[in-house]
Amino acid sequence: MGLELFLNAVVAGILLGGFYAAVALGLSITFGQLDIVNIAHPAFVIIGSYTAFIMNEHFGLDPLLIGVLFTPIFFIFGMGLYRFYYVSFERTGQESLSGLAFFFGIMFIIEVILILAYGVDYRLVEADYIGETIHFGFISIPFRMLVPFLAAAGMTGAVYLYLSKTFTGRAILAVAQDRLALQLMGADPVKIKQIALGIAIATTAIAGALLIIIGPVEPSVGRLYIGRVFAIVILGGMGSISGTITAALMIGIVESIVATFYGPSWAPAVGFSILLLTLAFRPQGLFGRA
Amino acid sequence: MKAPLLTFWPCAIAIFAAGFIFTLIADNEFYFFASYVVLQAVIMATAWNILGGFTGYVNFGSAGFFAVGAYTTIALNKAFGLPLPFLILAAAICSGIVGLAAGYLTLRLKGVYFAIATLAMSIVFETIANNWEYVGGASGAYILTPDDSLFFDSYIELLFMLILTLAIGSAAVARYMSSSRMGRGLAAIRDDEVAAECNGVPTLKLKLISASVMGAMMGVAGAPYPFFVTYVDPVSAFNLLIAVNAIAMPMIGGTASWIGPIIGALLVGGAQEIITVTISSEMNLLVVGVMLVAFITLAPKGIVGLYQDYRKKRRRQ
Repeated sequence: MGLELFLNAVVAGILLGGFYAAVALGLSITFGQLDIVNIAHPAFVIIGSYTAFIMNEHFGLDPLLIGVLFTPIFFIFGMGLYRFYYVSFERTGQESLSGLAFFFGIMFIIEVILILAYGVDYRLVEADYIGETIHFGFISIPFRMLVPFLAAAGMTGAVYLYLSKTFTGRAILAVAQDRLALQLMGADPVKIKQIALGIAIATTAIAGALLIIIGPVEPSVGRLYIGRVFAIVILGGMGSISGTITAALMIGIVESIVATFYGPSWAPAVGFSILLLTLAFRPQGLFGRA
Repeated sequence: MKAPLLTFWPCAIAIFAAGFIFTLIADNEFYFFASYVVLQAVIMATAWNILGGFTGYVNFGSAGFFAVGAYTTIALNKAFGLPLPFLILAAAICSGIVGLAAGYLTLRLKGVYFAIATLAMSIVFETIANNWEYVGGASGAYILTPDDSLFFDSYIELLFMLILTLAIGSAAVARYMSSSRMGRGLAAIRDDEVAAECNGVPTLKLKLISASVMGAMMGVAGAPYPFFVTYVDPVSAFNLLIAVNAIAMPMIGGTASWIGPIIGALLVGGAQEIITVTISSEMNLLVVGVMLVAFITLAPKGIVGLYQDYRKKRRRQ
């Protein structure tokens, strides 16, 4: 019985971790590559969830489809956000204090507007596969976990290919390492960063849809994800996609085991505790060199 | 902005006396409740600014430090029934240690890690409070206010005078820290940490002292809170608004001097009380958020900075 419970927790943790990778992916680009501490990233994920909820309720569209359809809008918004951030803070070298407080303020505003518009009730989406479960022996896999896992894997793979194969993608990886060299290659760092933040915010449209497929969402849920996603990005070695996936799976599994054996009320502390331990002992990440 | 020693203390005593007279003449208890909230914000903003404004390290977890203070009061009050001054002292020590620990773990790293660590700490503490049955767990704890309110008409008047005293004390500490030799070291850290270290400023030591003082001060602000609200649960003690206010008020008032956070706290805190009563508490949250973002982008030096620019312009004319 103990073993069955344990294996089920591990499988659930892997599915959860795959989803966490999708949530952390955008932050891995912004925080890891661009050095923009977008603490409001989870808040954008929540906007993605509410978009899925609204479109699902009014038009009955599939939440995942909504997520994909809305990526261009989120992309454009992310580009605009970078413009604003660049003009207000980065150009004048104020990003460390003011930039941080700026994103904190944005996060708070998003949360309050969602509360004003939709209240603090939990919202959910409807789709045929939510609620179905498949069984392999004693291991059961609910579709509301499996679908987000597969979608997350697809999105992470696509972003990985884009970053490693295309010119713009490689420029994004380069912009943080050597700005001058990038300029010599004929790429405008500001434009590259603009596209990068666009992509990062675009991922939140899909990640948000996945979040609301997994379970009901209310505006303050985003805050719990701050610890998780920052833990994942820092553990994963700041900006490495493979590191992000590994760290996400790890945190997913640990959280799932803790929730199974000690009760779900302890689960939120897992991500944050791992984050604190990482900062204290391995700030360069699991695979990074000191 | 440096008020000479001769004018700071007379002003402080005058404010204290004015507060005392206020307790004698005002009848409506609402004024004391509202003033308490604003003065608590003054302490929180002043505390935040000691690290955030003077050295440039952002603390996102102010609510966590505040709640550690509040929960120290609840736990010690339940266990031993200590009098309030001891509870405040104990809360200061506990939150100070938390500040020191957070600083020790992350202040050697880049500033953002400290910011994220404080946020993480706040959530870890909230989870612990949610699961700690002795102090009420997720459902919260009730605190009985003592019957004895000294020579004041009611207990809220006592609390009002207490928080006024603590606020003046916090301002004195912040003022001392900014105008002393230590303050110059802190300012050097904010401007260029590497250069400061090279010039012999003991950066880590100064940052750790600031982090401890910040934590202790926030604990002090949280310590009387259970007696003020008489019912504390994790949602209220760890409220995000506390953390947002602690950042927004110094940013709006101006982070460079000790007076900035006080101006910010009085203005924003006062406006919040009015908006909460006249419109709604959600609208009050939105106003703080928008003001924070507006000031950061348009007037990064805050109200004090705007005033200084204005004076400079006039002098030139």
